Amino acid sequence: MKTTDELLRIKNLHTGFRIKDTYFDAVDNVSLTLRKNEILAIVGESGCGKSTLATSVIGLLDRNKTRIQGEILYKNKNLALMNEEELNEVRGLDISMIFQDPLSALNPLMRIGEQIEESLIYHTDLTKEQRTERVLELLGQVGINNPERVARQFPHELSGGMRQRVIIAIAISCKPQIIIADEPTTALDVTIQAQILDLLIDLQNETGAGIILITHDLGVVAEIADRVAVMYAGEIIEEAPVEELFNNPKHPYTRSLFNSIPQMSQENSRLNVIEGIVPSLINLPREGCRFSSRISWIPEEAHEETPTLHEISPGHFVRCTCWKHFHFKSDIGGSHHVHAD
Amino acid sequence: MFMQINNLKVHYPIRGGFFNRVVDHVYAVDGITMEFEKGKAYGLVGESGCGKSTTGKSIIGLEKISSGNIIYEGEDVTNKRRDRKSAYNRDIQMIFQDSHSAMNPRKRVQDILAEPIRNFLSLSPQEERKRINELLAIVGMPEDSKLKYPHEFSGGQKQRLGIARAIATNPKLIIADEPVSALDLSVQAQVLNFMKDIQNEYGLTYLFISHDLGVVKHMCEHISIMYKGRFVETGETKDIFENPQHIYTKRLLSAIPEVSPTGREDRKRERVNVETHYQKEHSKSFDDNGRVFDLVPIKESHFVAASPTVKEVI
Repeated sequence: MKTTDELLRIKNLHTGFRIKDTYFDAVDNVSLTLRKNEILAIVGESGCGKSTLATSVIGLLDRNKTRIQGEILYKNKNLALMNEEELNEVRGLDISMIFQDPLSALNPLMRIGEQIEESLIYHTDLTKEQRTERVLELLGQVGINNPERVARQFPHELSGGMRQRVIIAIAISCKPQIIIADEPTTALDVTIQAQILDLLIDLQNETGAGIILITHDLGVVAEIADRVAVMYAGEIIEEAPVEELFNNPKHPYTRSLFNSIPQMSQENSRLNVIEGIVPSLINLPREGCRFSSRISWIPEEAHEETPTLHEISPGHFVRCTCWKHFHFKSDIGGSHHVHAD
Repeated sequence: MFMQINNLKVHYPIRGGFFNRVVDHVYAVDGITMEFEKGKAYGLVGESGCGKSTTGKSIIGLEKISSGNIIYEGEDVTNKRRDRKSAYNRDIQMIFQDSHSAMNPRKRVQDILAEPIRNFLSLSPQEERKRINELLAIVGMPEDSKLKYPHEFSGGQKQRLGIARAIATNPKLIIADEPVSALDLSVQAQVLNFMKDIQNEYGLTYLFISHDLGVVKHMCEHISIMYKGRFVETGETKDIFENPQHIYTKRLLSAIPEVSPTGREDRKRERVNVETHYQKEHSKSFDDNGRVFDLVPIKESHFVAASPTVKEVI
């Protein structure tokens, strides 16, 4: 059973990027909590702000070009207000990150063993021998068969799946409380992806860490997440436990996304297409329902003036009221019919 | 059947030693045979490095063929593929994964689309303009986009321009190398729907190269699974998904995440079972050099790689 201890609480987070002296919020008023022993998936298409949210938490954004407002509370400390030195104490020790492209996340000139050792040197006071031992132990833990050999190798000598395992070994080296995984399997083949996902679940069961999983792949979410937040245009538009979200999606955007997955549709049927395009950061409508322009056949009255998240069943939040009136455009004869499910 | 590929091989030499002599070969594509019928979509699936892209490139003539031949409409075109004026070059076109890098950033859309037209069709400037407008209408882009540059479009729009260029010369076969893997889900749906539409309208044949089995299942009637440059299994989509025979196919299918959280514990257990089975059966499914066996028919449309000695087991 999952416990309900709260690990991380994000409150009204705004992360804005500066474009010609004006800040545009890529993450717009996001509130989230991460509990112990939980995999929280953040899903959305490119440009929805999911990666920005993750990098805000771990403080990897350029302070000169970004503005972070709101609170990121970890152990009663606000990460958003920390300076680089304080953050260095947290990064790698309490919160660590797994990146999408393992090759560019590893130093090509350093041996694997040294790279894993780095954060041990920084955060722990183990002796040289203890560190070497720990490195081999970590490599074994992430399922690498001959740790002694791999520790002496360079990143280019390893396959993509092996590199990602090394990245995970680095991430868990100091037993962090929180792991942020930004598209950890996007660059990998499906068979390797399955292995890495299984590894993440096993590691989590062992360590009890909370994982924030950033992904665009709903298949991955269905496979490992406990709770899901769907983002669109910088906002969370739906949040629910994973079973609830997949069996009972409410927001028009979530439903449209599900309907555009080839796997789920019947053979030879047409896929659902979401009209229009994701608005760019500068052109983002900051008032009203941000999805309204892409479901233009839904009357304007259906939307809230200032959409907020409503809890429609325990733990299931949906933004705006338009979901009550939503139907797919292709539903013939349903144009005047109001869905009240 | 209008096109046939017989025992196609693409081997890259590995050079080394004192005189930089050829010491070995990389068997990127090692003896594959395919047949294409008009108006059908064929899927080529495999993990990265299995040779699926090389296959596509060698069919269109971007890669040298080491041995084997390609018969197109009754004619051996193996050595004519690189001939600029040949009809083969006009009839086979390609859509690339990254349409951004497949287009010249310094050319306007109208010049990008005009390139194949100028190469293969002799049209007057007026006719050419008309054809470009037609093409933009087919892919659902406004007419004024022809004066824009590639960087002014979104990923999905660029992919549609890539398709417009590929269909400019009314080709018969389009080789689509991961055409949607760089796109978001909703945009991917747009492009896939649209590719189906033009297929129905113009009777196109597709060779759909992808690592995404979901997409291939949606698009193709026939699927070939590739591993280490050879086919491990080939057959109708239904055969592959409902009755996979080869252990590698089974492993690949079990690895695809299902878009439903229900029963994921069971799926994980199943995956582990298949994986152990795969490790155990590995020596039986591949020959001593790790090479995939030759294909053996199971039924008319379904072939699987199997050792000649254990044929009766299947």
